[in-house]
Amino acid sequence: MGLNDSSGTLVAPKPKGLIDPNTGRPVGSDDPFFLEINNELADKGFLVTSTEALITWARSGSLMFMTFGLACCAVEMIHTSMPRYDSERFGVAPRASPRQSDIMIVAGTLTNKMAPALRKVYDQMPEPRYVISMGSCANGGGYYHYSYSVVRGCDRIVPVDIYVPGCPPSAEALLYGILLLQKKIRRTGTIER
Amino acid sequence: MAASLSELSTYLGEKLPGRVKDAVLAYGELGISVEPGDLIDVATFLRDDPRCQFISIIDVCGADYPSRIKRFDVVYHLLSPKQNLRIRIKVQADEETLVPSLTSVYPGADWFERETYDLYGVLFSGHPDLRRILTDYGFEGHPLRKDFPLTGFVEVRYDDEAKRVIYEPVELKQEFRNFDFLSPWEGTDYVLPGDEKAKTN
Repeated sequence: MGLNDSSGTLVAPKPKGLIDPNTGRPVGSDDPFFLEINNELADKGFLVTSTEALITWARSGSLMFMTFGLACCAVEMIHTSMPRYDSERFGVAPRASPRQSDIMIVAGTLTNKMAPALRKVYDQMPEPRYVISMGSCANGGGYYHYSYSVVRGCDRIVPVDIYVPGCPPSAEALLYGILLLQKKIRRTGTIER
Repeated sequence: MAASLSELSTYLGEKLPGRVKDAVLAYGELGISVEPGDLIDVATFLRDDPRCQFISIIDVCGADYPSRIKRFDVVYHLLSPKQNLRIRIKVQADEETLVPSLTSVYPGADWFERETYDLYGVLFSGHPDLRRILTDYGFEGHPLRKDFPLTGFVEVRYDDEAKRVIYEPVELKQEFRNFDFLSPWEGTDYVLPGDEKAKTN
């Protein structure tokens, strides 16, 4: 939380289950980073970090997404938030109301008839807001690129932050896109967008 | 099944003389052709006759044959749960023909006929609410007609100055691609043994 290098993702080292013969304790128990944090907490009872790191941590750690399921991609989006992939581990949870959501995941084919409705939902979301375009159809029309009734990419209607390729993208792919969006939010690091 | 369908076919020929113009029994399915003016009578007979009892309308759809004078076929699929039979009724129409609406006989035909009108432009007379059902609001043209271009005429985008979604004439960044799978450069020609000389050109 600010003590780490902000470019990388904070991941705890995997416990190896091996006993270090020098110390007689598990390998990794003398990891300097965690020892340092542990000592600081034990010593002072608080951690010192930058407000930027704190704010980006708070913002990227509680992203509610507006579910805009338009086609089969919606099923993979549902999988992402279900127990197996469990996007709530990363604080990313579905929210049915645009007024209380931070991200919109456009999952599926956007048709001409739906486009004004999509824009209306996007306009109702509070700033800062992000859009994940999920699947070939939302990215660029995909299979229906030459159709008379399909928008050739939802970036013609709303500004898109992350494009997730695939037809449909697997739940892991969408989760990876969400993690990339969190990285982007951490990198931008302002209260304003 | 085929035996009961051929029985039904002759029965209809006796009961509706001159109205059933053509009865085709093919692939285990019975299809009859009627004139638009006879459609309501034929459908009512098929629904109410104790040997038919086609009480369920499965589908109404269209087909476009641009080379014909009456270019459209309106196809009705009916199901008789009691007799365990299905029947297909075909009506020929063009852009001006008024096909009588079947909503008075089958209320379920309502949206099917709207769909046929929307996608082919077939007009139904006596329909309570004949407007488009699937295509965009203010859409022009009938997309499933053979002379309708695949990409249509308009595309949408959000206009930041007008603050709304606007329609523009369609502009393709990439042209249509024509995949020739028989070309030696784009695909493989699988020649069956003994078929080497089959193609003469």
